[in-house]
Amino acid sequence: MTTAEIQFDTDGNLHHFLTIEGLGRDTLIRILDTAESFIDVGRREIKKVPLLRGKTVVNLFFESSTRTRTTFEIAAKRLSADVINLNPQRLSTSKGESVLDTVNNLEAMHTDLFVVRDSHSGAAFLVAQHVPPHVSIINGGDGRHEHPTQAMLDVFTIRQHRPDFENLRVAIVGDILHSRVARSQIHALNILGAAELRVIAPNTLLPTEVERLGVHVYNDMKLGLKDVDIIIMLRLQLERMQGTLIASEQEYFNLYGLTQEKLAYANPNALVMHPGPINRGLEIASDVADGPNSVILAQVTNGIAVRMSVMAMLLGGQSARRQD
Amino acid sequence: MGSLIRDGHLIDPAHGIDGQHDLYLNDGFVAALDHQPVDFVTGRVIEAQGLVVCPGLIDLRARLREPGLEHKATIESEVKAAIAAGITTLCIPPDTNPVIDTPAMAQMIQQRAWRTGNTFIHPIGALTKNLEGNVLTDMAALDEAGCVGVSNALNPVKDTVVMRRAMQYASTFDLTVFLHPQDPWLQGNGCVHEGQISTRLGLPAIPEAAETVGVARELALIETTGARCHFCQLSSARAVEMVAEAQHRGLPVSADVSAHHLHLTEHDIGFFNTQCHVIPPLRTERDRDQLRQAVKDGVIAVICSDHQPHEPDAKLAPFSKSEPGISGLETLLPLTLKLVDKHLSLSEAVATLTHKPARTLGIDAGHLGPGATADVCIFDPEQEWIFRREHMVSKGRNTPFQGWPFKGKVTHVLIGGEVVYENGSEK
Repeated sequence: MTTAEIQFDTDGNLHHFLTIEGLGRDTLIRILDTAESFIDVGRREIKKVPLLRGKTVVNLFFESSTRTRTTFEIAAKRLSADVINLNPQRLSTSKGESVLDTVNNLEAMHTDLFVVRDSHSGAAFLVAQHVPPHVSIINGGDGRHEHPTQAMLDVFTIRQHRPDFENLRVAIVGDILHSRVARSQIHALNILGAAELRVIAPNTLLPTEVERLGVHVYNDMKLGLKDVDIIIMLRLQLERMQGTLIASEQEYFNLYGLTQEKLAYANPNALVMHPGPINRGLEIASDVADGPNSVILAQVTNGIAVRMSVMAMLLGGQSARRQD
Repeated sequence: MGSLIRDGHLIDPAHGIDGQHDLYLNDGFVAALDHQPVDFVTGRVIEAQGLVVCPGLIDLRARLREPGLEHKATIESEVKAAIAAGITTLCIPPDTNPVIDTPAMAQMIQQRAWRTGNTFIHPIGALTKNLEGNVLTDMAALDEAGCVGVSNALNPVKDTVVMRRAMQYASTFDLTVFLHPQDPWLQGNGCVHEGQISTRLGLPAIPEAAETVGVARELALIETTGARCHFCQLSSARAVEMVAEAQHRGLPVSADVSAHHLHLTEHDIGFFNTQCHVIPPLRTERDRDQLRQAVKDGVIAVICSDHQPHEPDAKLAPFSKSEPGISGLETLLPLTLKLVDKHLSLSEAVATLTHKPARTLGIDAGHLGPGATADVCIFDPEQEWIFRREHMVSKGRNTPFQGWPFKGKVTHVLIGGEVVYENGSEK
């Protein structure tokens, strides 16, 4: 089964949004353009459009999250959908109910869209393969696999400042091994034709054969950041480090933490991004995170418009594009 | 009254037979080849023109799930599946619940098997009590109770001293130790081969080194203890090289591979196809090709099913949470025959399922010499068919081979001279 077969319906409309891998440039551009049209909604006094009135969206987060769940919730509400937030971690699955059981039960309540986050790679695929044809699934992050809406909001933010993807050198720094965000970003930026993609990390945080995803590998920030236009810092999840993936927080910050000094290796005006939440003083210095190159907060704002765009495309069909 | 299997293509690798012959069976045993014995009273005649007649197949490793996991399968359900697949002898690992670590358990399983039919079930006894890797089992008693070897199954014996003593103790009774070589730390909670697929799908990975480190440790211990050991289910080219080199030096080691590792690679996982979740994991094309070559060269003597039937729910989970294993009895012969012509001769293929596993187990089976038990598998080597989950006999229908085209289908199975299966139905 190809990603296209899973994600598109028989009419060729995007029906699930599970992975960036395998999508075409046109689809990504359409998501970005649609998001563009939703940016204004957030600036109005009445921040709502009636596109998804009468539709029910369920945020099904088997793995805890505040930021992502909140932006999905706001996005759905701005589209006038009814939103239900569930954190089954504290509910059914801890009583032995499986992901599919939970989805089937909720589906019986006639919901239209599930945003699924789970700590296991492939969970959103599994759900998408077992819901009835009228139900759509958005992958809100599955294990180490993908986080496609995060990657779309990142490229949306990049496009706001640098629409010329074909001239951009992008470096992704940090824990590539465990990062679903990095995988989605790598696919998205390659599809959009970025000039060069780099990953910078110690070898312990790089997955095997990562080059095959279409990136150049660097262990050193000075070399890796040279001539780079976009720097994406990844969150270092200390609970995953097991004492053997990095030696110490100090050494990690010394080598890979983004400071003003290291930022100077990159091109002037290079954008600094981070999917959040930030570990200040671990992967990024405060003065860089809050500095003029940083677009970290813009990423959060854009997250709402991009998620509105994806929801509208999945539920509103193609007509959703320019109704506003 | 005797039976005659007339004019079939008899393949009996143990005796170097590969040609047209009549096979006479009497009183449950092979009576003669081509020449009717003097006191033979012809009863049943099976016309076998165009069919291959070979010893009943021996599956070196099949989990029947009983006792302990009867919701997945039972001895009764799986024995039926085995017979429909031409398999007349099964060897089961000790990781049942309770574990086969006492003579009573070994005997109980054999008794249950006898009750359900004539298929021979040989248990392998536990190497350590409850497979915990700490205390040795009463191996002499297990041997006495019918165990054909000892093994810690998929549970690693982490403590090298325990493993060394287990080998020494097993060798005292001339018991074969069946090893699943793996370094438990490198294996971790991995579920796929460490390579481009694990990277792309973001799945916890098992590096090749998990197997090669395991093989290296066991070979070093075999060298000092002289224990006869069998490596189960090699999955990597590098491990095969190490075993070949050890055999070349004269160490008493043999090896098997599961039929699915000879056909599938990590790429078959596609987008999280849990039917391809197996341990050890499916590896690269190069690994698969080297495993095929090793079967051809004889480094790997046996192809087995590594049968692991599951209920549907076991596979309906995110990949890493799904249960590993394939319901493999019914694809063992077809997948092996798929290697014929390009990689193996028909006779070599049959040997990996009959004479060679019998030799590994040290049992008198898997051949059709005069006096042998008349366990016979007859198949039509030309019949083309499509494998369908819906038609599986096993209670577990977890298979990645749905829709695969196969050539060669079982037509008759005889156990102890009795026809127990004929053209699609049990007798």
